[in-house]
Amino acid sequence: MKYDRILIRYGEMTTKGKNRNVFVRRLKQNIARKLRAFPRIQIEYMRDRMYILLNGEPHEPIIDKLKTVFGIHSFSLAMKCENDLAAIKETALAAVRQLPHNGKTFKVSARRVNKQFPYRSDELNHEIGAHILRQTDGLTVNVREPDIDVRVEVRQDGTYVTCRDIFGAGGLPVGTSGKAMLMLSGGIDSPVAGYLAMKRGLEIEAVHFFSPPYTSERAKQKVIDLVRKLTVYGGTIKLHIVPFTEVQQAIYQGVPNEYSLISTRRAMLAITDALRRRHRALAIVTGESLGQVASQTLESMYVINEVTNTPILRPLVSMDKLEIIELAKQIGTHDISILPYEDCCTIFTPRAPKTKPKKEKVFHYESQLDLAPLLEKAVNDTETLVIDEETGQGDEFAELF
Amino acid sequence: MIYLDNSATTKPFPEAIDSFVAVASGYFANPSSLHGLGMKAERLLAQAREQVAAMLRVKPGEIVFTSGGTEANNLAIKGVAWQYRQRGRHIITTEIEHPSVAEPCRQLEELGFEVTYLPVDRDGRVSAKQVERALRDDTILVSVMHVNNEVGTVQPIEEIGALLARYPKTLFHVDRVQGICKVPLDLQRAGVDLCTISAHKFHGLRGAGALYVREGVRLMPLLAGGGQEMRLRSGTENVAAIVAMAKALRLAMERYERDIGRLKELKDKWLEALAAVPDIAINTPRDGAAPHIINFSLKPGLKPEVFVHELEKSGVYVSTTSACSSKKKAPSKTLLAMGLGEDRAERGIRISLSFDNTQEEIAPAVAAIRQAIKTLSEVTG
Repeated sequence: MKYDRILIRYGEMTTKGKNRNVFVRRLKQNIARKLRAFPRIQIEYMRDRMYILLNGEPHEPIIDKLKTVFGIHSFSLAMKCENDLAAIKETALAAVRQLPHNGKTFKVSARRVNKQFPYRSDELNHEIGAHILRQTDGLTVNVREPDIDVRVEVRQDGTYVTCRDIFGAGGLPVGTSGKAMLMLSGGIDSPVAGYLAMKRGLEIEAVHFFSPPYTSERAKQKVIDLVRKLTVYGGTIKLHIVPFTEVQQAIYQGVPNEYSLISTRRAMLAITDALRRRHRALAIVTGESLGQVASQTLESMYVINEVTNTPILRPLVSMDKLEIIELAKQIGTHDISILPYEDCCTIFTPRAPKTKPKKEKVFHYESQLDLAPLLEKAVNDTETLVIDEETGQGDEFAELF
Repeated sequence: MIYLDNSATTKPFPEAIDSFVAVASGYFANPSSLHGLGMKAERLLAQAREQVAAMLRVKPGEIVFTSGGTEANNLAIKGVAWQYRQRGRHIITTEIEHPSVAEPCRQLEELGFEVTYLPVDRDGRVSAKQVERALRDDTILVSVMHVNNEVGTVQPIEEIGALLARYPKTLFHVDRVQGICKVPLDLQRAGVDLCTISAHKFHGLRGAGALYVREGVRLMPLLAGGGQEMRLRSGTENVAAIVAMAKALRLAMERYERDIGRLKELKDKWLEALAAVPDIAINTPRDGAAPHIINFSLKPGLKPEVFVHELEKSGVYVSTTSACSSKKKAPSKTLLAMGLGEDRAERGIRISLSFDNTQEEIAPAVAAIRQAIKTLSEVTG
């Protein structure tokens, strides 16, 4: 007897009342997409849990993939048998035997959801526990802190045995909270912000500002690679690459040095907001955290934010740099982010940018320029790439591998 | 032609050769060059690294490309020795390692390191117990091969790894050149810190190999220079051979999934057929051996080199022990270590299979073997 299914417990969406069905269906869809490479699996879902029937597919790679799906609280390898005491005992024993158990302790936690079943939970605990003890060597009982917790659930449709819970990614299924645009620079912060936004169920489209020849193809490739890392969690993601050279040059020439950074950021936000309207998103996500650099003081944020009243979500606002780096390492974006290519924020950087810019001054300088047509042109010339977890590399090299 | 020398070199997959040609002609630029062509070469290298890492179920940053198995083994052993020489100067390995492990160990002995060479049992296997007994406070490295290249014995890597998990100061290197795509091994679960593979043993091309270096393990580079390969292996990367290796690894893994049952069956059929041949003695152990290597000894009086050439006349290609040492007239190190005696160790013949060999080859090949033995017995007899 082998583990034949994976039991999935939902995250906080169990609290979602009437909408729950929408959440569960979306989760099922996200899992199905994630497990496309395993055609034999079947997914069954009910109100409070989901089962992946393995049908002979290997469970290890599937477990790895499930860890990246938002909306899963935890999951376990499970075996199912009919509601018959002898069958349950054998199944529980088989479940334990598949784990390293020599020298370990265990307990049985039976739950009788189906009250028609003739044995009470404590009777089940006793019967199953005794059977496992008799049939194994080197395993002892510890009901307080067992190494192996053999969970037996007698339900209407059969009995399920699981031994080990694996934590999922938590959060809400991607796509259940709507869509937002992610301003993605290539640094450490913005990919982490995108990850956290997706964790709260947002679907994201990334926006990157590209200023050739000041920024290189490698910098662009870096952003494509970052988006590809995010697709592990979010599925297919659109990446909008905005040609930004002309806007940057105009600002550089027309705005005094210490204010050029603020104006640049305002232009970026305005363009992102225009793209947001076109692509029907309802919010903008940024990797800003308070007080790190000149453009992220509260005064700067206030002046930059003035461009739009679209909600701007800043998932990192309360995090320390070290926490952000830790998360970036976890999701695999850190090593890409630290590659040393110039991005549009690092060129044209004034030596001493204003940390407390005045709104009136910014308005004044910008009124001298005619930026609007340049912004519109940048939006119109934006190139959109669709990046998928598997084909993210682009097909140019596909045949070589 | 019946090619039975796959542990020396496998025939490259045509697809791997295609990749090599396409990359060498279309993406010839230096991956370190700033321009677009250089970037493409760099992308190819990055993608190859990701693919190799995914196949081994490790992280891309843990794969260092080398020129092959010998370099990877040297980098692992000398790299650890130099990096951690202040921590200790004792290394444990086995008596049956490939020369690319054994010789670096000897070089290190000359430089003041101490090396314990563990003996093997009758089946050519060491045990975790032996490793445990040999461990000392100053042991910095244990290097044990996954599959022996001469007789095919599989070593208890998981058990040794589990043992070494309790010794955080001791690193664990596994030469997996013969094991890859033939005998499964989960590097992370087995607690392996360093692991060597070589492209031309899984239908890639020569000139490419890789060393897995677990995150957190530091090595002193053998080759200093431009800082390529995360500073561990300077020298302009052999992008074409590396891409071809990534492709070959994927295809070979697919072949493993599809054909491993068939290969095991094929080896059993071979053993059955060879059992009926008089005047030879099988050296490969019955149990716990890889599915592609069969070693046997000829009866006294028959010279293995002459036997190889005699077989070649019938289009059957085999080795005397391992190809690397077959030019030297020396008894097989592995057979000696297994306690089979000098006499038998001098007359070892190795048949090594790939997923491309078929059962139809057995009858004609065994007939040729019988004929060669007969011919040579008459000449020398």
